[in-house]
Amino acid sequence: MNLFLPDSGLVIWMLIAFIILFVVLAKFAWPGILKSVSSRQEHIEESLRKAEEAAKTLESLEEKGNKIIADAQAEQLKMVQETKNLNKQMIAEAKAKAESEAAKIIEAAQEQIKTDKENAIKELRKEVAALSIEMAEKVLKKELSDKKAQTQYINTLLAGMDKDTPAS
Amino acid sequence: MKRFLNILLILCLSLVSVSVFAEEEKEEEGAFNAKDVIFSHIGDAYEYHITEINGHPIAVPLLVIVRSAERGWFVFGANKVTHGDTYNGFYIAKGGNYDGKIVEVNSKGEVVRPFDMSITRNVFALLLSCTILILIFVPMSRKYQKEPLSAHSKGHNMLEAVILYIEKDVIKPALGENSARFAPYLLTVFFFILLNNLMGLIPIFPFGANLTGNISITMVLAVITYLITNICGTKEYWKEVLWPDVPMFLKAPIPLMPVIEIISTITKPIALMIRLFANIFAGHMIILVLTCLIFIFAASMGIAVAAGVSVISIAFSLFMYCLELLVAFIQAYVFTMLSAIFIGLAQVKEEMRNEK
Repeated sequence: MNLFLPDSGLVIWMLIAFIILFVVLAKFAWPGILKSVSSRQEHIEESLRKAEEAAKTLESLEEKGNKIIADAQAEQLKMVQETKNLNKQMIAEAKAKAESEAAKIIEAAQEQIKTDKENAIKELRKEVAALSIEMAEKVLKKELSDKKAQTQYINTLLAGMDKDTPAS
Repeated sequence: MKRFLNILLILCLSLVSVSVFAEEEKEEEGAFNAKDVIFSHIGDAYEYHITEINGHPIAVPLLVIVRSAERGWFVFGANKVTHGDTYNGFYIAKGGNYDGKIVEVNSKGEVVRPFDMSITRNVFALLLSCTILILIFVPMSRKYQKEPLSAHSKGHNMLEAVILYIEKDVIKPALGENSARFAPYLLTVFFFILLNNLMGLIPIFPFGANLTGNISITMVLAVITYLITNICGTKEYWKEVLWPDVPMFLKAPIPLMPVIEIISTITKPIALMIRLFANIFAGHMIILVLTCLIFIFAASMGIAVAAGVSVISIAFSLFMYCLELLVAFIQAYVFTMLSAIFIGLAQVKEEMRNEK
């Protein structure tokens, strides 16, 4: 049966057509398509790699940022603490100083007051002495002018003295 | 999927209608001859027979190119000989060794076959498929080279997926580092077979030729694979064939193993040739037989029975069409894969032999 026998005309046409097809496709189609696809694949791989790198960088940056923020916060806290402490210390110092100053002032004032008081007492004493002397003088002057009374007074004094002597 | 099934159904129906008209005339002449119908559809012809209306065939005549041994070249339209006419001494033989082929009577009065380079239905389908392949892949390549990074059209993406599948999963595993050298041939073979398988399934005018189910075509493909395998084979491959690593008494004085090895190199492409031919041939045959069943029943048991049978027949041929779509891809895949493996086996290197 001729179905199972190759036909020379068809074989020749097939050879011609297939070889032309092969040459055309091998020259103009397959290398271009495969090259383009592989270059695209490379591009995609490269892009993926880059994206991954970028993500990694971003992550590390974020970490760094977080660290910086945490450090800053710690620093801030520390500074605030320090400031507070300093503040307290200063206040305490100021208080102590003020207290001591006040105490000094009070002491000085008391001293002054004491001295003043003593002075005043001394003055007063002097004054009182002078006044009493003056008064005594005046009394004496008056007494002396009255001879009778004077004699009387002396007598009383003498009497008093007599009384005193046996006693002593 | 639904749309796809609809298309298939329409295709089946059109195949049936073609057959309806083809059979009418024969029924008038006598019994319905299913064998003639089937083989005229499966085989080659000088015209594209579409249908027949009131006994007038509607067919696209193709070009006859013949070279008579005595009279030289002749080129004429096939319509000059297809109706049983004789043109310049050429006519189409009926029966005998040259059934359905153009023959002439030479000066000695013998019926001889001229050298026939006619554009028959198969040659037409061959040229059409090659043109389609070139028109698909050359612009695609140009577009891909021009814009390698842009998004491509749906069709290109689909083809790209198939190309990459064949390249990565079929060619690369079989050929390894040599894949770039043989990929163009294997990809060409794959798409050539695939397109012709699919074109053969469409039973409307410019398609429907049973090209990959024709042994001439599969023979040429197998011979090309054979030549590539053996011409590009390495020295180690030839050593394995001609002086294999077996005990001496198997090689000399009677070269038993070399003969077996040489035969095995030839049987591989023969298997390729027969596998593709038989698969596609059988697929067409089953669908045609299922369709012819309707007319066999119509001729023997009447229209009513035939109508009932037609439902079953169409259901079965629909199923067969789906199967053939699968086979169209599988056979292209198998031919490409086996070619790749045969070529890859002939690329043995010294180190690989030592590893074994």
